[in-house]
Amino acid sequence: MSGNMNLTLKVWRQKDVKTPGKMVTYPAKDISPDMSFLEMLDVVNEGLIHKGEDPIYFDHDCREGICGSCSLYINGRPHGPKQGITSCQLHMRSFYDGQTIIIEPWRAAAFPVVKDLATDRSAFDRIQHAGGFVSINTGGVPDANEIPIPKPIADEAFNSATCIQCGACVAACKNASAMLFVSAKVSQLALLPQGQPERYQRVQSMVAQMDEEGFGNCTNTAACEAECPKEIKLTNIARMNGDFFTAKFFKSDEVHA
Amino acid sequence: MELNPKLPEGPLAEKWNKQKFNLKLVNPSNKRKYNVIIVGTGLAGASAAASLAELGYNVTAFCFHDSPRRAHSIAAQGGINAAKNYQNDGDSIYRLFYDTIKGGDYRAREANVYRLAEVSVNIIDQCVAQGVPFAREYGGLLDNRSFGGAQVSRTFYARGQTGQQLLLGAYSALNRQINLGKVKMYTRTEMLDVVVADGKAQGIVTRNLRTGAIETHAAHAVLLCTGGYSNVFYLSTNAIGSNVTAAWRAHKRGAYFANPCFTQIHPTCIPVSGDHQSKLTLMSESLRNDGRVWAPKTVATAEKLRKGEIKVIDIKEEDRDYFLERKYPSFGNLVPRDVASRNAKEVSDEGRGVGASGKAVYLDFADAIKRLSEDTVRAKYGNLFDMYYQITDENPYKQPMRIYPAVHYTMGGLWVDYNLMTSIPGCYALGEANFSDHGANRLGASALMQGLADGYFVIPYTVGDYLATIGPKPVDPNHPAFAQTKKDVEVRVAKFLSMKNGNKTVNEYHRDLGHIMWEYCGMARNEAGLIKAKGLIQALKEDFWKNALVMGGNEEINFSLERAGRVADFIELGELMIDDALMRRESCGGHFREESQTEEGEAKRDDENFSFVAAWEYTGENQPEKLNKEDLIFENVKLTQRSYK
Repeated sequence: MSGNMNLTLKVWRQKDVKTPGKMVTYPAKDISPDMSFLEMLDVVNEGLIHKGEDPIYFDHDCREGICGSCSLYINGRPHGPKQGITSCQLHMRSFYDGQTIIIEPWRAAAFPVVKDLATDRSAFDRIQHAGGFVSINTGGVPDANEIPIPKPIADEAFNSATCIQCGACVAACKNASAMLFVSAKVSQLALLPQGQPERYQRVQSMVAQMDEEGFGNCTNTAACEAECPKEIKLTNIARMNGDFFTAKFFKSDEVHA
Repeated sequence: MELNPKLPEGPLAEKWNKQKFNLKLVNPSNKRKYNVIIVGTGLAGASAAASLAELGYNVTAFCFHDSPRRAHSIAAQGGINAAKNYQNDGDSIYRLFYDTIKGGDYRAREANVYRLAEVSVNIIDQCVAQGVPFAREYGGLLDNRSFGGAQVSRTFYARGQTGQQLLLGAYSALNRQINLGKVKMYTRTEMLDVVVADGKAQGIVTRNLRTGAIETHAAHAVLLCTGGYSNVFYLSTNAIGSNVTAAWRAHKRGAYFANPCFTQIHPTCIPVSGDHQSKLTLMSESLRNDGRVWAPKTVATAEKLRKGEIKVIDIKEEDRDYFLERKYPSFGNLVPRDVASRNAKEVSDEGRGVGASGKAVYLDFADAIKRLSEDTVRAKYGNLFDMYYQITDENPYKQPMRIYPAVHYTMGGLWVDYNLMTSIPGCYALGEANFSDHGANRLGASALMQGLADGYFVIPYTVGDYLATIGPKPVDPNHPAFAQTKKDVEVRVAKFLSMKNGNKTVNEYHRDLGHIMWEYCGMARNEAGLIKAKGLIQALKEDFWKNALVMGGNEEINFSLERAGRVADFIELGELMIDDALMRRESCGGHFREESQTEEGEAKRDDENFSFVAAWEYTGENQPEKLNKEDLIFENVKLTQRSYK
């Protein structure tokens, strides 16, 4: 078909976490500009399977930018050259015929490589386990409209809650800091009345777990904000820091009940 | 086996209360002696896992994703219904029940649907208490909208990301229980079989997707919360990984599969652009509130358009056919999903489709922009227009969108009784994985409601009844059924891994299957087509086992192997769907059976002969499945024929 492109891919291949990886070059031929980036990889993989070679592994699922699985570092940027989208929403018309595309996994000590382009992001889940919730059981809760919430507050909490836990913020950060991710959850619940009873305990527990997982600290470069596919704002980090230091005014047994 | 739905006696509005009283309870100090396995962590699975752990049961949960939060519930856009009547517009539990049973074209159980409507109000309370940021009014109270043609505003929403926010709420409740040690979570782990020992589900066999380790897990009960099977069509709005394997494996161990041919086709999706396409993207059906659906009047014009000889804006008003407005003057562009979908396909099949493939019709906002201004349209639909632009590189403010129907949801699923138990004692199915509440067609904003109803408010009561009956004695993991089932899985995996000399990838078989299903068992079917499709699928199955190419080994990450198992199951399911569609010689809900139509060419239901649930029983490899019928009895609603003229 006219308008189709021939590209050169340089892809990070790594068998597992213990085996050293390397960049491998593959041609991607006759690529339609209407393909998504992941569909381009599908085509390359089908070709590899036909040749009896091991296909390139990458995490993906919903392919509409919401599940947070896909996590490709494309030409030096998390989720590629466009802003406000995930790798799966990137289309090949953002590239040109003859281009070389470098594809790597997220690079962070806290995200060890699982295989090829997929990393282990379970550290994020463990941070959520540490406090990313309101401690209520099913049933016995008040009627939904008994908790009025001003619209601007609800909207702001929603903005924080749109985080898809993809890890682009960590990949973008020179310190591999997870502050944007952690602060998004902390902020959502700190803004809402439902989150108040555990507000200061939560921020302490989640930050402690974040540190334990080996993520770096924040030096306000704001690369995370620039690369976040959901455009989560840096103000979340400021809010988290505020709560984190406020929590220091409490006795520790009041915070860690 | 006799099909007993175990419906409680008494008036509709008292059934669930009565049932809750009659169900046995497990003593609080005994709950920790029970283990429950939950497969899948979407809305149904995550909410069930959290709720059962809170009660004190030991829960082991499994998902094939790298995190439980990635389940496909996350992608639901529109909203969740609840009979709160916050808008004072005449809603009630009974009205939600009535709309849902009618929307399902009278192919669901009254008692189940009423219970769903009843607990819908608790769901909203629960989610708000967790911190789910629903849309709100300036006064601080919750906002509602009317959705999918409902006459009342009962849909709660969180922008276009309601599924995401609800799932994150359930995920947070699950995380709390993981933190407390009451849920043991296995990620990147796929269930490959159910262990049935002494006639009861007592465990599962899993494969660790990172290491390939095949393991058994024992429990007193197994809950399958594994979603729907739309990907049998290859292209659907489901995630790439969504599959039927868990449900299908349970089916082959004795769980009946109900109404498999009941699938929902959504009219407003972004059309296929080429063979490379891996999935379809849904555009909210709210777009039909302001967009006008049309296609060129003549095949000649459509051909010119497809060849690029003319542009869409060059087509004069008199050369456009606004076919929904023409055929359905009173509902126009707002006809139900199935009617809109079928008409779009018909127009395309006539050769009047647009776009390079000819498989699309237009959804035009020019009039709306003229009437309301571009800014108003942007405020209403901006995010959808952006998404469309992103995918197609066409600006919908300047030219009409191209849309085409796509498979979106499956109403069929594992047969369950009123307590959500499948026909295997101790094995339950929740959410989209079961068949129970949507009949032959699901209403908008009802899927999220059902997933959470099952997980938060039904299973915590009903599973206790079974557990109390069997007693807290530990499950014996040395029962020979465990070793045998594990061996069966190992043999199957080894069989796939031996398929190294084939010439066709598993993905290519999947695509072929999708073509067959879409063409012959999609929104319109007829006997000749279905019989042909059955032959095609049998041939495909035979070819798959001879010529499919599976890469790599077991002790590694191997998506070629993972997919091979899922596609093999989809092929078998596809054949059963054809059998079910052949048997159901009526048009009903989302399905148009060409032999059953009115003189005006509209869907004609046949209540006299088909007012039943078709529950299919597996009888052995390559044997025809046995049809069991559960008659549907309507004591409260009067069955009427739909009309949108």
